[in-house]
Amino acid sequence: MSTNSRPYIFAIAILLAIFGFYNYVVYNTDGYVAVEKLSPMAVKGQQLFQNNRCWSCHQLYGLGGYLGPDLTNVYSAEGKGPTYIKAFLNSGVKSMPQFTFSEEEKNELVEYFKQVDETGIYPNYDAEIEATGWVKLKYRNETSEH
Amino acid sequence: MKSKAPIYFLLFAMSALFLGMFFGLTASFQYLMPEFLKEQIPFSKMRPFHVTSVISWIVLCATGSIYFFLTYVEKFKLFSPLLAKIHFIIFLLTGIAIYFSFAFDYTEGREYFAFTPVLIVPILIGWVLFGINYFKTLYKNVKGWPVYYWMWGTGIVFMCYHLLEAHFWLFDFFRLNFIKDFSIQWKSYGSFTGSWNMLVYGISIYLMSKIKKDSNVATNKIAFFFYFLGLTNLMFGWAHHTYLLPTQPWIRYVAYAISMTEWVVLASIIYNWKRSVLKVEKENHPMAYRFLLSTDLWIFLNIILALLFSIPAINFFTHGTHITVAHSMGTTIGINTTILFSALFFIVHQIYPDFKTDRKWIQRGFISFNISLFFFWISLLIAGGKRSYWMYVSKTGLFSEMQDSLVPYYISFFIFGIGIFISLLIVATPIFKAFLQKIKP
Repeated sequence: MSTNSRPYIFAIAILLAIFGFYNYVVYNTDGYVAVEKLSPMAVKGQQLFQNNRCWSCHQLYGLGGYLGPDLTNVYSAEGKGPTYIKAFLNSGVKSMPQFTFSEEEKNELVEYFKQVDETGIYPNYDAEIEATGWVKLKYRNETSEH
Repeated sequence: MKSKAPIYFLLFAMSALFLGMFFGLTASFQYLMPEFLKEQIPFSKMRPFHVTSVISWIVLCATGSIYFFLTYVEKFKLFSPLLAKIHFIIFLLTGIAIYFSFAFDYTEGREYFAFTPVLIVPILIGWVLFGINYFKTLYKNVKGWPVYYWMWGTGIVFMCYHLLEAHFWLFDFFRLNFIKDFSIQWKSYGSFTGSWNMLVYGISIYLMSKIKKDSNVATNKIAFFFYFLGLTNLMFGWAHHTYLLPTQPWIRYVAYAISMTEWVVLASIIYNWKRSVLKVEKENHPMAYRFLLSTDLWIFLNIILALLFSIPAINFFTHGTHITVAHSMGTTIGINTTILFSALFFIVHQIYPDFKTDRKWIQRGFISFNISLFFFWISLLIAGGKRSYWMYVSKTGLFSEMQDSLVPYYISFFIFGIGIFISLLIVATPIFKAFLQKIKP
């Protein structure tokens, strides 16, 4: 049994047009909080994060692997920060492999974590949960969502 | 003589599945013994092997099945058998190159595409060749497509687009803006999954229509309604992965609204449940039918889970925990893999009509697979719940202490993972041997 394809082609064409427009807007929309673009040093840190597959075990904003802790705010968290990060990198504790990052590479990774930290908060303990099921995030340098 | 390319794809897919499960077990062992061989084969090295292999299982098996259905079942003359061969060779060589890339640490890519980014080029070429062959073949042979042809075509086109999108980070325009870059990365992953789901769910509808010998399954308006619902979710529903990312709220509002449309799917499953279970048609394709029945159950369980954590208030607590892993493993193993095994049984029966799929050991493997998967899934849900409790309720103790408290669930996860591995080996071995027989010169 065959079908009349015309209405389906028409519906797909409309969806594709909306999808094209939607993508254009998404690709040209920045994050909610204005932050500096990644510096060349932070980009190098990000590339180290990728080359060494840190995402296999660690998360940023809860996205990544679950063997290690989330690193979104490791730069600013109480009791942590640049020195803590650098000490951990080559420590080889628990399941973390013994990396051999140079001082320069450690600084690049720290710079990356610093810039990630500036973008927002995770876990977002001060978010407000609404009756509609919506969650109002708390943003960096803000008290609530507009 | 018909092309053997579909069989090569299926053998390649099954090899990827078994390698992927082996890598997964090796990696998960490090949850139990964190220092086990961590310098030689750290978790961070094994995970890309595992993830790439099991994703390859899904897309290669779907590809091989589609080629097979077109040429062996529908008996269409493929637009170009040569293109199909080239497609296979490209994917085989790229697969080998990806393993080398992982083994020798050329891993400049990101999660799910960790390999050196240049390897995305042959992968894309392979998909484009598949697309040309697919559309040209159907254009010549079919007027008024049933829904599965639309789904396969959609899957191929969107696969090309989202594989590209997953590599937008290579351009500074995206990369330098962390939040935009990160959300587009996860946008592409969500839609990448949606694309292979189009291929696999299309296969399930194809199988249903063939097993029930009822073409109406794939041509009625409801089937098309669900196709468009799936397509809308593929295009716009990705952002529930990134509810907690500080993107513009409208992106998340749209995702919330779109995700909630999937309640219709759940309602439909419940509505049709009794009817579909009663229509057991054992005589034609017993194992293919059984696997589709278990797909029904796994869709039911996983859609409830997915719908719940698509609500931002629930997602807030489940995000970043093993509940997300339960969802991804539940859907890729429980839904995708059961559909693909159903396809494999259907295919082997087409090649060898006397092949007895309903053997005692295969049935046992099928049952132990489902039981193992259920406890595997539950272990992850509990581990995720406990992690969420640590993150949002107790908020005390070190990360390592929380991880240590989860060890019993990791042990259970590991043991039932072995159960899945052995069960699938039992189920798949006769099919694998039959396919090998088919390609013998």
